[in-house]
Amino acid sequence: MANKLKTLSKTSRRNYLTYVLVILAYLVLQLLSGSLSSSLKGMLVPICAYVVMAISLNLTVGILGELSLGHAGFMSVGAFTGVTAAVALQGVIPIAPLRLAIGMVVGAAFAALAGFLIGIPVLRLKGDYLAIVTLAFGEIIKSIFNNLYVGMDGNGLHFSLLSDSTDLAEGGKLIIGGPMGIGGIQKISTFTAGFLLVMITLVVVFNLVNSRSGRAIMAIRDNRIAAESVGVNITKYKMMAFVTSAALAGSAGTLFAMNYSTIVANKFDFNTSILVLVFVVLGGQGNMLGSIVAAAALTILPEALRQFADYRMLVYAIVLILVMLATNNPSFKSFWSRITGKRDKKEAA
Amino acid sequence: MMKKKFMSLMLVMAMVLSLAACGAKKEEAPASDAPASTPAAESGSAFKLGGTGPLTGGAAIYGTAAKNGATIAVDEINAMGGIQFDLKYEDDTHDAEKAVNAYNALKDWDMQISLGSVTSKPCEATAAETYADRIFALTPSASSTAVTEGKDNMFQMCFMDPNQGSASAQYIADKALATKVAVIWKNDDVYSKGIHDTFTAKANELGLEIVSDTTFADGNDTDFSVQLSGAQTNGADLVFLPMYYQPASLIFAQASSMNYAPKWFGVDGMDGILTMEGFDPALAEGVMLLTPFNADSTDERTASFVKAYQERFNEVPNQFAADAYDCVYAYKQALEAAGCTPDMSASDLCDKMVEQFTSMSFDGLTGEGMTWDASGAVSKSPKGMVIENGAYVGLD
Repeated sequence: MANKLKTLSKTSRRNYLTYVLVILAYLVLQLLSGSLSSSLKGMLVPICAYVVMAISLNLTVGILGELSLGHAGFMSVGAFTGVTAAVALQGVIPIAPLRLAIGMVVGAAFAALAGFLIGIPVLRLKGDYLAIVTLAFGEIIKSIFNNLYVGMDGNGLHFSLLSDSTDLAEGGKLIIGGPMGIGGIQKISTFTAGFLLVMITLVVVFNLVNSRSGRAIMAIRDNRIAAESVGVNITKYKMMAFVTSAALAGSAGTLFAMNYSTIVANKFDFNTSILVLVFVVLGGQGNMLGSIVAAAALTILPEALRQFADYRMLVYAIVLILVMLATNNPSFKSFWSRITGKRDKKEAA
Repeated sequence: MMKKKFMSLMLVMAMVLSLAACGAKKEEAPASDAPASTPAAESGSAFKLGGTGPLTGGAAIYGTAAKNGATIAVDEINAMGGIQFDLKYEDDTHDAEKAVNAYNALKDWDMQISLGSVTSKPCEATAAETYADRIFALTPSASSTAVTEGKDNMFQMCFMDPNQGSASAQYIADKALATKVAVIWKNDDVYSKGIHDTFTAKANELGLEIVSDTTFADGNDTDFSVQLSGAQTNGADLVFLPMYYQPASLIFAQASSMNYAPKWFGVDGMDGILTMEGFDPALAEGVMLLTPFNADSTDERTASFVKAYQERFNEVPNQFAADAYDCVYAYKQALEAAGCTPDMSASDLCDKMVEQFTSMSFDGLTGEGMTWDASGAVSKSPKGMVIENGAYVGLD
């Protein structure tokens, strides 16, 4: 076993470490579930959703090297389409986990479609256009869902824009109610479902990164001209990373929305996109384990600071600044490498 | 070099901690002024009453007002002896996700009865939680219908949104305030949309002509020139503003700069505009609004509440404060009538409270003889108010 571990490459070892840590965290939390506070228990599913968001954005930002400022837009697409699917299937599929899984797949599919559509023009361009377009995309998605009405009755789904003209038959139900969002959602998201989604996300992302395509994607990030000169299809590989990232964000959106009884489009605004970007930057670009830790820590932190009352967000901001300073401090870094030993030193060199 | 940096980091940490400590002390100071609140703090002798509301962020004025109103009521009741309350408010920043977190924090504190959430959407989320956990909740101000829908243990102290819209239209028609009405509303807000829809339906029924119906949304809520000139060119003599007070304050300022002076009509979200920082109350002169609470009332209980509120928080209480004050007194009445004791479990209390609230009649600051039906909606009559010389005056 020890020999086998040695023969593994550095990245594989790191990936296995990530898997093991996530599984350990899940097992420990499951064992402790009786003694956990309601506060922490209530945060487990959102943490899973944010972890998936952070990993998927890290794929775009850290691996592909493009800045996306509208990641919450994909989450929103996934949340609304996934929940609509789950609600519509409520009568057909009585098993809640299966319904949740179908909801996630539908959410991921629609988010991937949205990512593909905006990717067609934007990913052909050089420069920071993706940041601007995704920023606009997030706002557009918010406006669309704020004005979209979807109802369901015996005749199937009805759609209308701007005002509620779905005109439902007797016994029909309005699923998406414009600015009211979706209400009365059955809470079927569980921590186990969240954990499985995190694992799937890790498997997808690690396998993509370690594949031939992944190397092409990173080659584009490192030097576009060099990559182009050896025959890498720039748009194709950019699209591959971006659509994967969007799809994962979509399933995270479904998971998140199904954890609350109500969801509104305004929840997935620019601030949420930036929050996820903060997870990525704090955890380290291209560092998936870092993203996981940062997403979990920064979701718990504001709740852990509740005793500071009105000064809570001030303290949160200061802690954020301190963490950023500390992790980028050369003396801190050398101190850290002294503890962790040779391996990281080699990495640094 | 390294030492210097480390030292400065430590210094910043020390500053942060001391600042936070100051904040915590300041927060606690008013509560410990009241002598009676100390014995109540001991566990087992007081009912643990919890609520969430936006204490920070854009909607903070509502959460803070509700918290302050409830604090006054709790201190008064604790001073009387008899039933004792232990009150705790948690911040939800007007967000459903944070509201559930805040609710869970209250659950860790062993909350027995709940004041729900102050604003609609967060309350919809926490109502699902209180329903699942069998904790009784009475929200002071979350007015959307979805809050109480399908939940037997969720009650409201305020009107429901649809009632506000139709009551406003009825009021305008009854008092013949206008024939041509313009509506400016926020189309990504549950509250605004709920009132708008019922207002327009009722206005059509009553023969009020809606000449201009314009919207805004989050992010483009700073420039209202298009909406206002739309209302002006269509000759509206009354503009109905079903919205919260921040956009309304900008609308008043911009209308005054374009010399447009129609009659303004608002709903309870407009309440609070006079205490808004940096707002010139002269701009709101003559604004009418429908609210169940009148701070200028000569009623003895209202007067003493307003006086106590002004002394402690240096501002005139709005309807949210009065609603929260009423909630605590309604709880007192119900708990006394049911003979509940603080050692009862939350679910036992929940059953007793459901029984009491559906059968009792309650007199409070925001209405006399209030009753609740099984759906959790309250029945009481709204009061028309107008702003004169920077204060609310009853219209009738």
